[in-house]
Amino acid sequence: MLQLFKFKGGVKPDPKKTPSVQMPIGIAPLPPLLIVPLHQSIGGKPNPLVEAGDRVLKGQLIGGADQWLSSAVHAPTSGTVLAVEERLAAHPSGLPTLSVVIEPDGRDAWIERTPLDYTALEPERVREILRDSGVVGLGGAVFPSHAKLAAAKSVPMDELIINGGECEPFMTCDDILMRERAEGIVLGSGIFRDLLKARRVLVGIEDNKPEAVAAMKAAVEKLGENFEVIAVPTRYPAGGAKQLIRVLTGKEVPASKRSPEMGVQCFNVATAYTAWRAIVHGEPVLSRIVTLTGNVEQPRNWEVLLGTPLKDFVALGKPKSDTDRYLMGGPMMGFELPSLEAPLVKATNCIIAGSPSLFPPPAPEMPCIRCGACADVCPHELQPFEMYWFARARNFGKTQEYNIFDCIECGCCSYVCPSHIPLVQYFRFAKSEIWSREREKNMADAAKARFELRNERDEREKAEKAERLARAAAAKAAVKKAPPESGSEALSGDTSVAVAAAAPLDADAAKKAAIAAAMERARQQRESVQPKNTEGLTVAQRKEIAEIEARRAPLQAEE
Amino acid sequence: MNFTTPPYLTQNVSVQRVMLQVLAALLPGIAIYVWLIGPIILVQIAIATAASLLAEAFMLSLLKKPLGLFLGDGSATVTAWLIALAFPPLAPWWLIVVGALFAIVVAKHLYGGLGQNPFNPAMIAFAVCIVSFPALMSQWPALDRQAGFSEQLALVLGTAPRLDTMSGATPLDALKTALKLGEGNTTVATILADAHNFGYFAGKGWEWVAVAYLLGGLWLWQRRIITWHAPFAFLAGIVLFSGALWLWDPAQFANPVFHLFSGGSMLGAFFIVTDPVSGSTTPRGKLIFGFSAAALAYLIRVFGGYPDGVAFAVLLMNICVPLIDLYTQPPIFGMKSKP
Ligand code: SF4
Ligand code: SF4
Repeated sequence: MLQLFKFKGGVKPDPKKTPSVQMPIGIAPLPPLLIVPLHQSIGGKPNPLVEAGDRVLKGQLIGGADQWLSSAVHAPTSGTVLAVEERLAAHPSGLPTLSVVIEPDGRDAWIERTPLDYTALEPERVREILRDSGVVGLGGAVFPSHAKLAAAKSVPMDELIINGGECEPFMTCDDILMRERAEGIVLGSGIFRDLLKARRVLVGIEDNKPEAVAAMKAAVEKLGENFEVIAVPTRYPAGGAKQLIRVLTGKEVPASKRSPEMGVQCFNVATAYTAWRAIVHGEPVLSRIVTLTGNVEQPRNWEVLLGTPLKDFVALGKPKSDTDRYLMGGPMMGFELPSLEAPLVKATNCIIAGSPSLFPPPAPEMPCIRCGACADVCPHELQPFEMYWFARARNFGKTQEYNIFDCIECGCCSYVCPSHIPLVQYFRFAKSEIWSREREKNMADAAKARFELRNERDEREKAEKAERLARAAAAKAAVKKAPPESGSEALSGDTSVAVAAAAPLDADAAKKAAIAAAMERARQQRESVQPKNTEGLTVAQRKEIAEIEARRAPLQAEE
Repeated sequence: MNFTTPPYLTQNVSVQRVMLQVLAALLPGIAIYVWLIGPIILVQIAIATAASLLAEAFMLSLLKKPLGLFLGDGSATVTAWLIALAFPPLAPWWLIVVGALFAIVVAKHLYGGLGQNPFNPAMIAFAVCIVSFPALMSQWPALDRQAGFSEQLALVLGTAPRLDTMSGATPLDALKTALKLGEGNTTVATILADAHNFGYFAGKGWEWVAVAYLLGGLWLWQRRIITWHAPFAFLAGIVLFSGALWLWDPAQFANPVFHLFSGGSMLGAFFIVTDPVSGSTTPRGKLIFGFSAAALAYLIRVFGGYPDGVAFAVLLMNICVPLIDLYTQPPIFGMKSKP
């Protein structure tokens, strides 16, 4: 038996998972209209490859990955493209995003699917296929999976963690997937293992899902793999990647490091499943399992086509009449959907219908009494009340000293705070402030560099002009002095003088140009490096920027 | 639109619930107190509570803070109860009121209100009163010449003259005075053998009040309202310092058990140094805070001019809290040195 480790902190909210696992995965009916956002993952925005009027087949590429850290998007069924336009996104900001609107033709006709033997392919090619199949982290983070499938150069990959933790209350989409499609998960994990050359594969599942543990164990045995399926103690956020890595391996991945640097990588079970479908069946990611639960008559997990409008989806669960809102994600880290007009996307793991009794309005905020309850439960062992204090005082430098960027926004601190302080809200606010200040600074730096470059160029041009004038004057003088022989000779003499004079001049200009080019290179390097740094700091954050901007308004108004 | 933010679930906790549990943890101690001195202590608690709540309400409305929200949070009541329990049980009513007013108006609200006070309000009240009214603050009822409730009430209300025959000293004070009078010719053992003032292991009767505080404190720890660090460090500090001097000269210094169960030790350990607002917040900080407070309390108690040193010790340590916290920040996830 593997020795398990503990992570500090954590809370034990009522799981409320049972209602939605009473029925097997249902296949959601084809909606009358699909709205497929092109930007469904962390990273670049895929370019639209279709236009209004085009006919598309199921699985056809409609958004191509625009850079390495990006992920393709496909038509979830066959039909006609009605429009490629800005549509409301399933995002707390309620902002629109470029989407492909498809009217299904009901035939559900596939493109030609080509199953692949990935062992015969270059690993780089397999990663490309995963990117072009739209395989992203389906735990909710939607980070493109192919970009996580490379081991660090100097560190061997000790462990591949397959995350079946699913610690958020209400959520059961991974649980049910493990129960029903364990073999696909194991096969997908095998692909990841081979790409990463991982020594061991550990499947971590919270011990409140014994059926899933049993199903995964059976699948591992049947397929003759040597994965270890491990039940980990149920405690939110045990399903957080860093917490699960800690519990299974004892390794603590700090915010400043990527996990491969510590010889470990972590994927969600559903991600492994879709990777297997993509490689072995040639089926890109067109649908996902979504839990529909909460204040509904029929809680259940559904396999739903991406792009299904949420209003069509929630109708499947028959929401009760006192439903006053819908959450996407779990109650700890999810958000309230601004509108059900938005479509379901790869990040949609769970939709919870809420009612005033299910999620009572927050109690009034009191001053912090420094009770330390928040610090006791913080899985990253931060001092939330100190960060809160400084975020409130807008002393953002101090919040960074208290490691605000290590905060994973798990919400444990808010969960236990007797003063009902929305701590996470303050942290997001502080992070976004820091982030935008950094961005402004980068922009200022870039502008400064551009300014210097232009000055340099102006001066160079001025010098060149002066030299040209001087040269012309000298040539004129020479022509005047020289006895006029013939027009052609004078012309050639003039040219030779000019050429002779130009030689040192050219060398000078070349040097200056070289300097300018080096500066330009340096500037580009800075620009390309700095956003990356920021991104490393705030991976979870980046996609939330718009949302935070929106949040800031009420927060500021409060002060 | 109104943005709601995660988490959408919260534990059923509130400042009020925390404070109510602190009050509940004081109940065993109060019960023994009543058995020892009589119901007059309940009158004192009522006076302190009424004064504190009135002061709280006044300050809240003056500062335009939501009255309903804050008045019910229980924090002023906790302060009031601690004042009533720390003051002499027969102190005149106005002394308790002065203490409560000072605690709530000055120590709490002038520093910013709930959660902002750098000093423990109850200890401020105690310190201010013992400095201003040292005689009144040192008169403890003589247990063997117990007055009836009506007499006690008359004393508290000031309708009867305060007779010296009815007042004694705290056990700590009694020991200190006796040692002083004995000028080195008497020993702690002979003094403690005097059944007028001393019981099985500390002050007669008072030792059981201290035991009850200890039980209440352990309950708070079990309920996770407090952590073990500060009380443990405080009590360990008392044991260490009193033990060292006791071993050095048992004739002149009382044993650790006596000190643990005398004066404000137990009340201080579980209800004063554990005050989250004015205390240290980090685990190591709490240890330092508790231990240092114990050291100071012991020194003041044994060598100083006041009967007990817990209040001054805690206030002195309150000043150091920002520094302690700054230098005892625990390492965060992923940033610990390799095991
Ligand atoms: S839990 Fe709330 S009241 Fe307690 S220290 Fe943290 S922020 Fe302050
Ligand atoms: S939200 Fe951040 S500060 Fe709060 S418990 Fe989670 S990691 Fe810690």
